[in-house]
Amino acid sequence: MLKNRCLIDPADFTREEFREIFDLAHQIIADPEKYSKSCEGKILATLFYEPSTRTRFSFEAAMLRLGGKVIGFSEPNSSSTAKGESIADTLRTIECYADIAAMRHPKEGAPRMASHYIHMPLINAGDGGHQHPTQTLTDILTIERLRGNVENKTYGFCGDLKFGRTVHSLVKFLSNYEGVKFIFISPEELRVPEYIREEVVKKKGIPFEEVDQMEPYMGQLDFLYMTRVQRERFFNEEDYIRLKDRFILDAEKMTYARPDTYILHPLPRVNEISTEVDSDPRAQYFNQARNGMYVRMALICKLLGIY
Amino acid sequence: MLEINSIERGIVIDHIKAGYGMTVFNYLHLENADYNVALIMNAFSLKMGKKDIIKINEVIDINYDFLGLIDPNATVNIIENGKTVKKVKLEVPETVTNIIHCKNPRCVTSVEHYFDHVFHLVDKEKRSYRCEYCDDIVIPYPNK
Repeated sequence: MLKNRCLIDPADFTREEFREIFDLAHQIIADPEKYSKSCEGKILATLFYEPSTRTRFSFEAAMLRLGGKVIGFSEPNSSSTAKGESIADTLRTIECYADIAAMRHPKEGAPRMASHYIHMPLINAGDGGHQHPTQTLTDILTIERLRGNVENKTYGFCGDLKFGRTVHSLVKFLSNYEGVKFIFISPEELRVPEYIREEVVKKKGIPFEEVDQMEPYMGQLDFLYMTRVQRERFFNEEDYIRLKDRFILDAEKMTYARPDTYILHPLPRVNEISTEVDSDPRAQYFNQARNGMYVRMALICKLLGIY
Repeated sequence: MLEINSIERGIVIDHIKAGYGMTVFNYLHLENADYNVALIMNAFSLKMGKKDIIKINEVIDINYDFLGLIDPNATVNIIENGKTVKKVKLEVPETVTNIIHCKNPRCVTSVEHYFDHVFHLVDKEKRSYRCEYCDDIVIPYPNK
């Protein structure tokens, strides 16, 4: 039963509960009109303490397409946070007005902490360099639509794997499925955090490699998940400049990939995927964005107890 | 040989890993005690080589989670009328609340200060813990 639950981390739901969400998302894609009044009379609050384009718009579009309404803020200076209000107080207040909330915050664990203070469903829309579970829903829906299921596949993750919250959530999710293998491609300084390597991947016995080259491994991959080196996660600008251009996927590198290797990216992209790759049919990152809206529609419905 | 008299009523925390006696002493705020307290460091131990001991001439509330976190092999003896009336077996706690704090500057605990700091046990042997909020893994009291 997903009604009134919070989604803060992929570990919060079981495989069966995620299945319910994906099944509904596939149904919504097949007939969106059927769901256009599902959330009439309901309000989603979008609490974005950090800039966002697609995640916030995706949540808002999802609620509007379900017939609901949206309130919220897109940067903390336009909320009482600027006056020094605590996260807990903001959330307790918003709960008086909204039925469900999506929250993004630059500090890791902020949505988990906030969820302890409220009773309405809360969705983590990204917390610092930690987790981004609804991007994972987006990624999985895309993978299912391209290849049917997530099992028995090799996933490459490339770029900033240390602060890349979308990578952490996706690895956590995929680690529950049989036959998956991971290849982590990154500079040594940006490798996956210890809690992901030790507590998730190793503990579940998932085969994995940590490497610092892309080309030799391209032929093994079913999916290559590219990520941006995020300037906002670095305390030191010099480190960012030194690492930001380390891995760039271009048409030449795509020649090493199999014809059935798909390229995913949570977006926004800076320069880690050359625009020349966009026209390659294996590039699927813009389709991910569309799927994100549908799967968020399904998630909102499930957490509100509709369907 | 240094001699510390036995106590009539109180608590003896024995077999503390050498070097952690002062940590326990500070955590229990024994520097403010108005009763007799003895901290013995680097005492000879047949089993451990060296150990620390704390004798407290009063029965006080002790957070056993904290002691288990520092050294689950330490022993706690409650003394009444000069005799041990209770031995407390320590365990590595599964969850610790407000004993250790997250040092990850990106963690929400670094900016909001009104809620509990909670850590969950990851590895019993290493006594490593994971922050409830940011998942950062720490070993608060490593084996010396």
